[in-house]
Amino acid sequence: MRSKRSTRVVLNLTIVVVGLVYALPLIWMLSTSLKPVEQTMSVPPTLLPTPVLDTPRYAVENYIGSVDAEGNPVTRGVWTDPVVDFPLFLRNSILVAILSVSGMVVSSAIVAYGFARVRWRGRGVVFGVLLATMMIPFPVLMGPLYVLFKELGWIGTFRPLWVPSWFAGAFNVFLLRQFYMTIPREIDEAARIDGCSHWSTFVHVILPLSRPALAVVALLQFIAVWNDFLGPLVFLQRQDQFTLALGLALYQSQGGNVPWNLLMAASVLVLSPVLIVFVITQRTFVEGIATQGLKE
Amino acid sequence: MLEPPIFAGIENYAGLFRDPVFWKVLRNTLVYTAITVPVSTVVAIAIACLLNSGVRFSAFWRAVVFLPSLVPLVASAMVWMWIFNGELGLLNAALDPLLGVVGAVIGRDVLAPNWLGSPAWIMPALILMSLWSIGNAVVIYLAALQDVPAALYEAAAIDGVRPLGRFRHVTLPMISPVVLFNVIVGLIAAWQVFAVPYVLLGAAGGPDRAGYFYTTYLYDNAFSYTRMGYASAMAWVQLLVILVLTGVTMLLSRRFVYYRGA
Repeated sequence: MRSKRSTRVVLNLTIVVVGLVYALPLIWMLSTSLKPVEQTMSVPPTLLPTPVLDTPRYAVENYIGSVDAEGNPVTRGVWTDPVVDFPLFLRNSILVAILSVSGMVVSSAIVAYGFARVRWRGRGVVFGVLLATMMIPFPVLMGPLYVLFKELGWIGTFRPLWVPSWFAGAFNVFLLRQFYMTIPREIDEAARIDGCSHWSTFVHVILPLSRPALAVVALLQFIAVWNDFLGPLVFLQRQDQFTLALGLALYQSQGGNVPWNLLMAASVLVLSPVLIVFVITQRTFVEGIATQGLKE
Repeated sequence: MLEPPIFAGIENYAGLFRDPVFWKVLRNTLVYTAITVPVSTVVAIAIACLLNSGVRFSAFWRAVVFLPSLVPLVASAMVWMWIFNGELGLLNAALDPLLGVVGAVIGRDVLAPNWLGSPAWIMPALILMSLWSIGNAVVIYLAALQDVPAALYEAAAIDGVRPLGRFRHVTLPMISPVVLFNVIVGLIAAWQVFAVPYVLLGAAGGPDRAGYFYTTYLYDNAFSYTRMGYASAMAWVQLLVILVLTGVTMLLSRRFVYYRGA
């Protein structure tokens, strides 16, 4: 469609304004995290620290902390906070993310194969039940899950956060099944004629062809588990097991008055792995999300 | 909470209806859902249309709008806590000059609200904040818009239909299944809002429990007050509410949703 020049200018200006509004909170987070505490209180607020050339020094102070000539800490950055152990929380988050993402990808891929390629009695009904579980929100289940995990002796361990991922997730099974359905049946029928079992058809034919869909599942699961707050809040007990999301909330609530620059530095710390993954996988990511709404 | 359970019959359910806090969280959650879902639907469709209108660097702006929906909720709660700060926050720094002008016009002082500190402004603040993370929906709408056959617009244009009419009679029907999808996802998500108010306002939901929501109260019953039976009753009611909301939406959708090929 061709539109008038003036219309185009207005549209372009509008998207710039909208984009800036959406970017501003993140810019503000980063900007605050690079200022010394006095400058976070300046009225009107400034975007950049002054003097601008001192930014690297402020960044080191807020994120890592500074030491005197003998190597004794003068100021504490978030990374070296004496009470809230962010390096440990980062390790915990990475561990849980690896266990959970790998489990979700593997198990959902297998379950989806069963729904897409294996004929069995009641398949349609079971698939319907599976989809229905998407309607049940986590808050409804957290009480019973807590009791179950307590019986198993899992409360206060990482297990409640990753073991369930090894039992597939309804949405991911659905997504992968839809993807498998687009793979021509002739390909795996040829494999069957060549003597492949279901298992080797799955491993050697379906899986290699499904890489893009598997990547989407992995990404969605990574974001879900990295950002999860309620799960760790309910199931973890000891502070040394906290994930980053929980650790950030702890950091904010511990002393009462955490300076804004440090709080924003901690937020940047929690956000940055997500940001890195997003930048690397942007295309897969956005296309994966886009397909969510387009399933008939 | 894990002592041997005692059968309580319907006592837990009866208790819900006598509990003023239950009614409070029910009301808060309903208001939050009833406002955020329609408002975010309209804003998301508007932004998607804008991205689809042939603007420059559309892929870049799409990424910019999408990114906030990936930010861990605790981290977004932190930055919004800072933005909403009554004295030093960015929002009031932007509002103050505007309100100064308004004040001069109407002849009395108009002060910017202390967002998270005043019961009346907590809900608007949370709703405003929810609009920041609609990137998921925007991306889905945008994909649906790109899927609308150009021939339909051309035919409408030849018939002399104006842009607004094209949106109403071509775009909306064509993307209506996706609207339904996003509305249902949005309803379910809004009804279980937890992390943001919990972190922003503390466990009790701020002054006058203005930001105390259904899931927060359920969590408190289960894990702070160790009333697991009561919490389970709340969980059943929550499931019921979600099923009813979804069911009603599906029923209503029959009148509004157009399926290609059906």
